[in-house]
Amino acid sequence: MNLNLQSTDFELFDLPLQFSQDREAIDARWKELQREAHPDRFAGQGQAAQRIAMQWSVRINEAYQRLKDPLKRAAYLCELRGAPVDAHSNTAMPADFLVEQMAWREALEEARNEQELDQLDGELHRARREALQRIEHLLDQRGDATAASQQVRALMFIERFGHDVQARFEQLGQ
Amino acid sequence: MSLLQISEPGQTPDPHQRRIAVGIDLGTTHSLVAAMRSGVAQCLPDEQGRVLLPSVVRYLEQGGRRIGHEAQAAQAEDAENTIASAKRLMGRGIADIAGRDKLPYQFVDKPGMVMVRTRAGEKSPVEISAEILATLRQRAEDSFDADLYGAVITVPAYFDEAQRQATKDAAQLAGLNVLRLINEPTAAAIAYGLDNASEGIYAVYDLGGGTFDISILRLTQGVFEVIATGGDSALGGDDYDRALAEWILRRCDLRASSARDKAVIQTVARAIKEQLSAQDREAATVEIGQQRVQVEVSRAEFEAATDQLTARTMTAVRKALRDAKLAKDEVKGVVLVGGSTRMPQIRQAVAEFFGREPLINLNPDEVVALGAAIQAHQLAGNSTSGDLLLLDVIPLSLGIETMGGLVERIVPRNETIPTAKAQDFTTYQDGQTAMALHVVQGERDLVQDCRSLARFELRGIPPMVAGAARIQVTFTIDADGLLSVTAKEQTSGVEARIDVKPSYGLSDDEIARMLRESFSTAEEDVKARALAEARVDAQRMLLATQSALHTDGQLLSPEERAHIDALMASLRAIAENSTDAAAIEAATKALAQGTEGFAAARMNRSIQQALSGKNVEAL
Repeated sequence: MNLNLQSTDFELFDLPLQFSQDREAIDARWKELQREAHPDRFAGQGQAAQRIAMQWSVRINEAYQRLKDPLKRAAYLCELRGAPVDAHSNTAMPADFLVEQMAWREALEEARNEQELDQLDGELHRARREALQRIEHLLDQRGDATAASQQVRALMFIERFGHDVQARFEQLGQ
Repeated sequence: MSLLQISEPGQTPDPHQRRIAVGIDLGTTHSLVAAMRSGVAQCLPDEQGRVLLPSVVRYLEQGGRRIGHEAQAAQAEDAENTIASAKRLMGRGIADIAGRDKLPYQFVDKPGMVMVRTRAGEKSPVEISAEILATLRQRAEDSFDADLYGAVITVPAYFDEAQRQATKDAAQLAGLNVLRLINEPTAAAIAYGLDNASEGIYAVYDLGGGTFDISILRLTQGVFEVIATGGDSALGGDDYDRALAEWILRRCDLRASSARDKAVIQTVARAIKEQLSAQDREAATVEIGQQRVQVEVSRAEFEAATDQLTARTMTAVRKALRDAKLAKDEVKGVVLVGGSTRMPQIRQAVAEFFGREPLINLNPDEVVALGAAIQAHQLAGNSTSGDLLLLDVIPLSLGIETMGGLVERIVPRNETIPTAKAQDFTTYQDGQTAMALHVVQGERDLVQDCRSLARFELRGIPPMVAGAARIQVTFTIDADGLLSVTAKEQTSGVEARIDVKPSYGLSDDEIARMLRESFSTAEEDVKARALAEARVDAQRMLLATQSALHTDGQLLSPEERAHIDALMASLRAIAENSTDAAAIEAATKALAQGTEGFAAARMNRSIQQALSGKNVEAL
C-alpha cells in the first residue's frame, strides 16, 4: 500500500479496520514508523527535509494518540463509518444513564477519605470496562456504528467524571 | 548547509569527511563539552586537563572578560561583575527570580527577560550563556583542530518554551549549529542505556546546581521513550547552599548585606556542603564585615536545614509516576544525575522511595554531556549503527487564553513531540478582520497563573458576518520542543498573517545586534574564516544538488530543471570568483530555496517508500 499523509490511522499503522486491537502491536508499530520518519533521522539535511520529516512524524504521533486510547479509537472508527460522535452538538443521553451520573456526582461530593474515593473509582472502572465491551460488540460484531456512537458519548461522560475523581485524589493525597 | 543529501539512515553522506559534533551540557554551576573519540563518548578537557568549566563570566575593568575558573576565583572580590548561575535567569522576568535579593547582582527589569548591569553594560542571560558556550566551542575546536559541524545542547526537561528558546539563541550567538536541544535526563539515560543495553522502565533523578528534573523513560531496543517528566526549573544545589548559608548566618548571628558578604557566605556554605558528602562534620571560618567567626556544621544539621528542599523533589517524583500511570515497583532502575546527587540525603531519599539502590556508576557531573555527545554523533550522520531513537515529550501543557482569563488546553503535558494541534476559532463581530490570541504554558486554569509565551495577532481575515469565519489555528511543537503557529481561514482559504510578539526572549534584531557586538566577530581573521566557510557550504550544496539531480532528476519538469541548472551555474561562478562571503552565502541560499520543492518531493517519496516498505515486510 502506498501511504501518504491522508492515509487513515489504521492504514498508517497497518492494522485491521476494527475496534479490537493489540496495544503492544500499536506501540511496536509506532516506534517502527518513527524510526523511519522522525526528524532526527534527517538532522543536518536542511530545513526542507526537517519540515517534511516533521509533518510525517507529527502525523504518526497523531495516529498513535488516537489508536492507543480506546475512547479516541472508538470515536475515530465511528467517524470513519459515517456515524461521527459530535460530542458538542449531540448531548442527548438515556435517562437511566443520567441518573447514574448524578448518583456518582453525589458520591464524589460526599467522599471524605481515600477509601470512599477508592470505592467510587472502582465503580467507575467497572462502568468503563462494560462500556468498552459494548462498544467492541457494536463495532466489531454488529457493525452498528450509530449505536456505538451513542456508547462512545456515554464513555466520554465517564472519562470526564474520572478526571474529577483523580483531581479529588490529588487534593486528598497531597 | 546542504538541503538535498538524502542518504540511507545511518550512512555518512561523505565517508571521507567525518563531521565533528559535540554534546554540550550548559549547566547552572558548571558546563561541559563531550564528543565521540575512537567510538567512546569522552568529556573534553581544557589545557590544564579540567573537564568542568565553571559557568561563571566576569567582565573585567580594563575591558574583555574571563570565563570559567578565573572568573569563579574572583566571585567574592568582584561580585557584581562576575555572573554565576546565569542559567537561572534564562527566559525569565525579574519577578520570576526567587531569592533575587540574596544575589549580588544589579538586575535590570526588562520586558520578558531580566538583564544584569555590569561594568561592561547591561548583559542578557543569553549573552552570558553564549560566552560559556563559545568557550566550550573553542575548546572542542582546539581538541580536534577542526571546525565543529554542530552541537546537541542539553536543557532541563522541565524548561519551558521561553527557556528553551533562550538556550537556542545563546547557541546561535556562540556560533554553534544546534543539531537538537535534548533533555538532560534523556541524555543521561542514553549514556547509561548504551553502556548497559538496558530494557524496561527507568527513572532519572537529576538534581543539578539550579534545576531539578525527574523523567520516567521506557527503553526498548534503542528507543528511548519518555513517558512522563516533571520537576522544578528553579530548585537545585544552589538552594541547598543558600539554605545552609542562612542557617549559618542565623547560628552565628551575622548579617550579609554587601554583595561581597553574600558571595562569601555562599562560598563557605558550598564548601561545607561538599565536605559533608564525605564526612559527618565540617568546620569553617566565616569573615563577614569586620567579624571573623568559626562555625561547625554536622551532617544532621545540614540535612535538617535542607529537608524541605529534598521533600520538594520527592513530591515531583510522585507526581511524575502518577502521570506515567506507573507504580514505583514497576521502575527497573533509578539513575542519579547532577553533582547535587552526591549528597547522602538525596541518595537515601531516592533509595527509600523506590526500594532499590540508585545507579551511580557513571560520573554524575559528566553523564549528561556524554549522552548528548552520543546523540550529536548520530545526528551528524557519523553513526553506522543508527539504532538510537529519542521520543521525548512536552513537559508543560500549552494553552490559549479564553473569555474571563481562563486557559483552554491545546496540547497536554507529556505528549510525544513533534506534535501539532489545530483549533477552530470564529469572529464575534460583523466584518471583523483581525483577532488576538494569547498562548500560555502551564497546568493551572487561570491565565495569570501560567507563563505567558506569546501574543499572536491574526490579520487579513476576510470580512464576514459574525460567527461565519472559521479560522483554523495550528500549533506545532517541533522536536526541540519549540512552538510555531500558523492560521488559515477555512471557508475562503485565506492564510491569516501572524504577528508574533514574544512575551519573552530576544527578537531577531536583538540577536543580530548581539552578534555584531560579540566576541566572535571582533577578531581579525573572521572575514577570512567566513569566506572559507561560505565556499565550503557552496561546494557542499552544489555536490548535493548534483547527486540529487543524478538520481531523481526525472521528478522535475524541463522548466524546473532549467531553473535549478541556472542557479547552480550562478553559484559556481560566484563561489570561484568572489571574495565576498555574503554574496556566496546569498547564492547558496538562492540555490537552497530554488531546490526546496524538489527536496521536499524527494523526502516525501523516500519516507513514503520506507513506511510502505515496512508495511509490506510486516505482511
